[in-house]
Amino acid sequence: MIMQVVQYVAGLFLIVGTGFSLLAAAGILRFPDLYTRLHAATKAGTVGAGFVLLAIAISATDLAVSFRALGGIIFLVLTSPIAAHLLARAAYLAGDRPANITVVNDLENESRGTP
Amino acid sequence: MSGEVFLFVSENVALGLLALAVAVTLVRLLRGPSLPDRILALDTLTVLTISLIGVLTLRTGVTVLLDIALALCLVGFVATIALARYVLSRVPPTQGELRPEDGA
Repeated sequence: MIMQVVQYVAGLFLIVGTGFSLLAAAGILRFPDLYTRLHAATKAGTVGAGFVLLAIAISATDLAVSFRALGGIIFLVLTSPIAAHLLARAAYLAGDRPANITVVNDLENESRGTP
Repeated sequence: MSGEVFLFVSENVALGLLALAVAVTLVRLLRGPSLPDRILALDTLTVLTISLIGVLTLRTGVTVLLDIALALCLVGFVATIALARYVLSRVPPTQGELRPEDGA
């Protein structure tokens, strides 16, 4: 009985996680500039991979495997924003400007921010 | 539908969705207008591969694959940081006050 429930929940998590991954990919393809694409890739991508790892964590029979999957989630959540922030900063300094429909750009009129 | 059958079906659905996501990301990687766009697409491909390995871990029951996924996680992070530093290193140092050497 409990095995059945675990299998249903794991299957649901797999579909939800890969659905988020597909949404992240769609955002990367459709959004107008790099900074909005970074939003889609880091947020939805992290949740997508996190749900798949969570499915492994709850369906594994070995506790070591579960904790390894949870460690993977923590690592992903910690490192993905750092990489995205660094990439956005590098792109802005390299002269990559936001799209015309951008409403707020705090670095625009700042002498320190404009490269 | 028993739990085992549902898990089997959802594994197949997950593999299909991931294949679609990889294809869509590859379009951005090839089109990419700028270098950071391509770096972002590569980073996303790494995360998608981690998901793919996760689904395969559930399908085959070979839990060693999970260690490969974690190693890929680490490599992807370091690769993205190295490529971002490469983008920074191509900025001329005379432009603006905020130089790449300010730390990043």
